[in-house]
Amino acid sequence: MAELSILEAIRSAMDDEMERDPNVIVLGEDVGRKGGVFGATEGLWAKYGDKRVLDTPLTEAMIAGAAAGAAIYGLRPIAEMQFADFVYPAFNQIVSEISRMRYRSNGTFNLPMVIRMPYGGGVHGALYHSQSNETYFTSTVGLKVVAPGTPADAKGLLTAAIRDSDPVLFFEHKKTYRLFKAEVPDGDHVVPIGRAEVARQGRDLSIFCYGYMRTCALEAAETLAAEDGVEAEVVDLRTLRPLDVAAVLGSVEKTGKALVVHEANRFGGFGAEVAATIAEGAFEHLDGPVTRLAGPEVPAVPFHHSLEEWFMVSPAKIVEAARKLAAY
Amino acid sequence: MTDSKTAARPRHAELGLSDDDVLAMYERMLLARAVDERMWLMQRAGKIAFIISGQGHEGAQVATAWPMRRGHDWMAPYYRSIASAITFGMSAEDIITAHLAKGDDVSSAGRQMPGHYGGAPYNIVSVSSPVGTQVLHAVGIALGAWVRGDDVVTITSFGEGTANQGEIHEAMNFAGVHKLPVIFVCENNGYAISVPLDRQVGGGSVAARAQGYGFPGVTVDGGDVLSCYAAAREAHERARRGEGPTLIEAQVVRLTSHSSDDDQRRYRDPAEVETLKEHDPIPLFGNELRNAGTLTDAIDERLRADVKTQINEASVRAEARVEPDVATAALHVYGPEAD
Repeated sequence: MAELSILEAIRSAMDDEMERDPNVIVLGEDVGRKGGVFGATEGLWAKYGDKRVLDTPLTEAMIAGAAAGAAIYGLRPIAEMQFADFVYPAFNQIVSEISRMRYRSNGTFNLPMVIRMPYGGGVHGALYHSQSNETYFTSTVGLKVVAPGTPADAKGLLTAAIRDSDPVLFFEHKKTYRLFKAEVPDGDHVVPIGRAEVARQGRDLSIFCYGYMRTCALEAAETLAAEDGVEAEVVDLRTLRPLDVAAVLGSVEKTGKALVVHEANRFGGFGAEVAATIAEGAFEHLDGPVTRLAGPEVPAVPFHHSLEEWFMVSPAKIVEAARKLAAY
Repeated sequence: MTDSKTAARPRHAELGLSDDDVLAMYERMLLARAVDERMWLMQRAGKIAFIISGQGHEGAQVATAWPMRRGHDWMAPYYRSIASAITFGMSAEDIITAHLAKGDDVSSAGRQMPGHYGGAPYNIVSVSSPVGTQVLHAVGIALGAWVRGDDVVTITSFGEGTANQGEIHEAMNFAGVHKLPVIFVCENNGYAISVPLDRQVGGGSVAARAQGYGFPGVTVDGGDVLSCYAAAREAHERARRGEGPTLIEAQVVRLTSHSSDDDQRRYRDPAEVETLKEHDPIPLFGNELRNAGTLTDAIDERLRADVKTQINEASVRAEARVEPDVATAALHVYGPEAD
C-alpha cells in the first residue's frame, strides 16, 4: 500500500483510468502543462498529450457542455472546474442538460462523465474561492454527488465515478488536498458510489459528515471521549446522492441521537435532507432533537482570518454541539 | 457554342448533384412541409398539444443536412429542425409520433413536449428547451471525433436569437481554437419570437462573428436551396480536411407564428407577413428545377401525391401507437453503475 495525500490519490485515479481506457480524457482550465492550479493533473499532459489533456479557454459552460457532447460520442471526460465557486456559468448545462439527458431520451443517450470541483473554505479563499455549493447539485435528480474525506476514498470513489455510466459531480475539499497522507490500496481500488462508512464506532450519538468535516468530526470525537466520556459514532456519508439511507438510519437506531455537520449554509443545506430522512425513518429511535451544525447564514466565507475562523465549522464547534446533544 | 452549352447546364449539375438528387431534396422539403402542416391540423383538432413550426426553413435545412452522412456524421438540431431531422434519417412517422408523445416514440417515449425530437439510432441529439445548449454538445461530439481521429462531422443549428447566448460564443471560440469538425448553421428568420433582428443582433450579422473565431462565416439566402447546399458541402469538406468549423447564416423566413401559442399579427406588419410567401423555399426551388427542365408538372404531381400518401399513412400509424405506460415514468433516471 502506498501512503498518498488526497491530491495524489485523485491524480493516481485519473492516471490509472487514462492508462486503462483510451476514452478517458481530462479537460479544464490550466489542467495541461501546468497540471492544474492545485496540481491534481500534474504529469498527465506530458504522459497523455494534447488531445487527452486539454487546456480549455475560460469557459465553464463549454467545459461542461463539450464534456457532455464528448460523452454522447462515447468518451469518458473528466472535466475540472478550477473552483466550485466558478461552476455557475455551467449550471445550465449541468442542470438542464447533463442531469436529464438519460431521462429525456428514455435511456437512449447517457453521459458517462465526471465534473471535479475543489470546494470549501479554511484556505483564505474568501467569498469566491471557498464555497460549499453542493446542495445546488444534490437537489438535482439525475446527478450523482460525491465528496470524499480520505485518500483511499478519493481514489476509489473517483475511479468508480469515471467508470460510472452517469454524470458524477466530484467535490474535493481543497483544505484536505495536502492535509495528511494515508494508505491507499494498490491496484484496482474502487469504492462504490452510494455507500457511507462508519469512520468511528460509538454508542452515544451519531455525527454525520463528509469531506473535510470527517477529519474535524473524528478529532471532535476523540475530545468527547477523553473529556466527557461520550462515545460519538462518526459516519462519513462519502456520497451525498444517492444517500446511503440504510447507513444513516442504522447508526441512529444504535445511538438515538444525530448531529449533522457541514460547512455549507444551514438553511436548505444537505443536513436538512439527512435530518428529514432520520425524522421519517428513525423517529421512534430518537432520544433527542436531530441537530444541524453548519456554516453561518452569510452569503459566503469572509476573508480576514478572524472572520474566516468565525465562519468555519471546527472540531471545537462540533464538540460544543455534540455535548449539548449528548446531555439532552 | 461552348459558352451557351455551359450556360445551359443547370446549377445543380455544376454542384455535382444529379437530377435524382435535387428531386429527392425537393421531395424532402415537401415532406417536411406536409408533416408540419399536418401537425398544425392535429393541434387544431386537439390531438397535439403544441406545435413549433419550421415552415419557411425547409430549403436551408434540407440543403445543409444533405452533405451529412446518415448514420455516420452527427446532428444537434433545435426545435424548428423538422426538415433537418427528416433529411438525416428520422421518418415522418417518427416526428408525428414524438408530437403525439406516444409510448414507443424514438425521441423520448412521451417524456418531452412537441418539437423536442432526437434519436440515438440516427445520431441526432435529443433536443431541449433552453436555447443554444445543443451547440456545445455538437462541439463536444466534434471534440470526441477529433480526439479519436475519426472522420466524422457534426452539424448543429439554431436561430439568430439564440446566436446571442453566451454558450454559442463559448462553443464557437473553442471550436475555432482546435479547428474542430463542426458546422454551425444559424437559421436567421428575423424574429426571436416577437423581437426583430435589429433588437437582437448587434452589427446585424451573425455570420460576421465567425471572423473573430478564426473560421469562415458565410451568409446565404435560405430561399436559394442550391446556395445553401454549396455552402454546406464546402463546410463539410473543410471539416473533413481538418480545417475546422464553418458558420453558415441562412436567411430564411418564418411563415408561421413562433408556435401554436403565439400570434404574430400582434407584432408584425400584415404587409410584411404577406411578402414572406415570396421567399417560401418550396415554390422557389420548384421553379428553379422547372426552369432547369428537371421538374415537370407530372413529376411534381406525383411527388406531392406520394407525400400526401406518406403523411396519411404516417399519421394513421402514429396515432395507433400505444400511449406511455405510467409504470415507465420513473425509469431511466440513472443507469447501471458501470457499463
